[in-house]
Amino acid sequence: MRKKTIIPLFIGCLVIVGISFSFMNKHKNDVTPFKPDADNAGLKLPVGFGANKVADNLGKARHIVITKDGSIYIKLMKVVDGKGILFLQDKDKDGKYEVQTAFCNYGGTGITIKNGYLYASSDKEVFRYKLDENEQVIDPANPEKIITGLLAGRQHQTKSILLDHEDNIYVNIGAPTNSCQENDRGLESKGKVGCPILDSAGGIWQFKANKLNQSYADGLRYATGIRNVMGLDWNTQNNTLYVMQHGRDNLNSSWPKLFNTKQSAEIPAEAMYMIKKGDNAGWPYVYYDTYQNKNILAPEYGGDGKKEGSKEFINPIVAFPAHMAPNALLFYTGNMFPERYKQGAFVAFHGSWNRAPEKQAGYFVAFVPFKDGKPAGEWEVFADGFSGLNEVMVPREALHRPCGLAQGPDGSLYVTDDVKGTVYRIGYNINK
Amino acid sequence: MKKIICAAILIIGFLSNSNAQIKKKNIVAKTPTNQLAKGKILYAKHCVVCHQADGGGVMGLNPPLIKTDYVLGDQKRLINIILKGLDKEIEIDGETYANPMPGLSHLSDQEVADVLSYIRNNFGNKASLISPAQVKVIRASKTK
Ligand code: HEC
Repeated sequence: MRKKTIIPLFIGCLVIVGISFSFMNKHKNDVTPFKPDADNAGLKLPVGFGANKVADNLGKARHIVITKDGSIYIKLMKVVDGKGILFLQDKDKDGKYEVQTAFCNYGGTGITIKNGYLYASSDKEVFRYKLDENEQVIDPANPEKIITGLLAGRQHQTKSILLDHEDNIYVNIGAPTNSCQENDRGLESKGKVGCPILDSAGGIWQFKANKLNQSYADGLRYATGIRNVMGLDWNTQNNTLYVMQHGRDNLNSSWPKLFNTKQSAEIPAEAMYMIKKGDNAGWPYVYYDTYQNKNILAPEYGGDGKKEGSKEFINPIVAFPAHMAPNALLFYTGNMFPERYKQGAFVAFHGSWNRAPEKQAGYFVAFVPFKDGKPAGEWEVFADGFSGLNEVMVPREALHRPCGLAQGPDGSLYVTDDVKGTVYRIGYNINK
Repeated sequence: MKKIICAAILIIGFLSNSNAQIKKKNIVAKTPTNQLAKGKILYAKHCVVCHQADGGGVMGLNPPLIKTDYVLGDQKRLINIILKGLDKEIEIDGETYANPMPGLSHLSDQEVADVLSYIRNNFGNKASLISPAQVKVIRASKTK
């Protein structure tokens, strides 16, 4: 009897040891080596870079995060088969990732990993899921709700999320209007006095990352006067928050006597701000004018296209062309790309609509070199060709639109698209 | 092909307009070409920034005007969208749109009729023209 159990036990132990060794081994090699597609997934990239499509047809793929073993979590804006987060792996290492599991019953945009938790947002709440040592969600059906009751208008409703190194979580709460008018986007409609919505939107809020059921009363309005943000990131060099604002629309359609269609298409910058606690970027009272390089008083608040705004408002550290819709920001800290990309900022521009009848702009990933938290050169187009068109006249024709960015453990850059649900991986490939 | 479509639009427009004339003799007839040509200019000025040159709208933000129920269906509802705007969740082919549409009541009855006749006969749409008299009645009525 005894002998009979000892032998199977012994074998059992061997099997367990064997599995765990092979697991450790597998774990070490888990990141699929980067290999570009022959056509670089249809993208135009700087010399030496390549790209492949790692997944396709996922739905409205928004923000994305990569685990330390190269697995992928993606937040879907709209649930597919009732699920709003996808978990993908490339088990056979052929470069294509397969959906392993799908969970969470809400659509949304924000997703990130920090300190053993996966954080994800709906348009009104933020949840977290405990991860195991391989950064896989332990109990997908039972997340902890950490923030609730956030304002979500019909527009600018999505919540982007980010953690710092001190257990704080930052949430964008977009303003539910274009410029706080009495009659949103209406003709010559004045701005509401004092723009009351700034109490609960149009800024970045700070909450505790590890406290349950927080609402506005538990949070801090960390920065205000920011119309809507989708891309935000923490710069580890100066330990500071950076955000990309979606600038205002409709200068011409609301104020045709002051702005022609070309001015409306080109003037209001897509601004990158370096944010310190308490900053005010001035929405809806000002917009940053790309012609004059100044904060200009908004027409809703008595502006005429020339009068400057109050000096209390901060200035952008990078002003990009109007309406390009920055949907993600990522400071590159990897080792795969050449030295000049280190610490620099990648911005995914979803692409414009409010430039019509002028041709549209964006639909690419841009790069800005940085040093010690300050831009160290002009911005440039990094990855283009997502739309599949030479120029985009109407948004509907764009085949893909960049939306989320994430850095893999090997330093490759992942880009999501929310038209077809394609995921691109961009790598540097010196042999090419 | 384009010529045939244009001709068809002209004929349909002509027929529906002459019908209207028979019913209400006091309305001054406008030639359909004129109404559609004016509508095109009005569309470029007041609608294109949101609904785009192809009437295709913008994914998730502004709805398309291509063969939608709103464009082709109930004329009263359509006229009211221009006069009063629209800011509630509508679904077109499973998609919803986040932006509001502001009311454009500063457009005259004639302009509303022209631009709506244009969108109802463009972007692959084919439907009757809208007359200024229809717009006038709906503008004057208190019902929403
Ligand atoms: C500021 C942007 C904007 C402008 C300018 C605008 N629209 Fe709209 N329009 C919208 C939005 C957004 C909706 C959907 C609103 C909603 O979902 O509640 C809409 C809805 C509609 C609809 C009903 C839905 C559909 O797609 O069939 C019609 C018809 C329409 N607009 C026609 C027009 C016409 C004609 C003009 C010009 C005279 C115009 N719009 C100007 C943004 C705009």
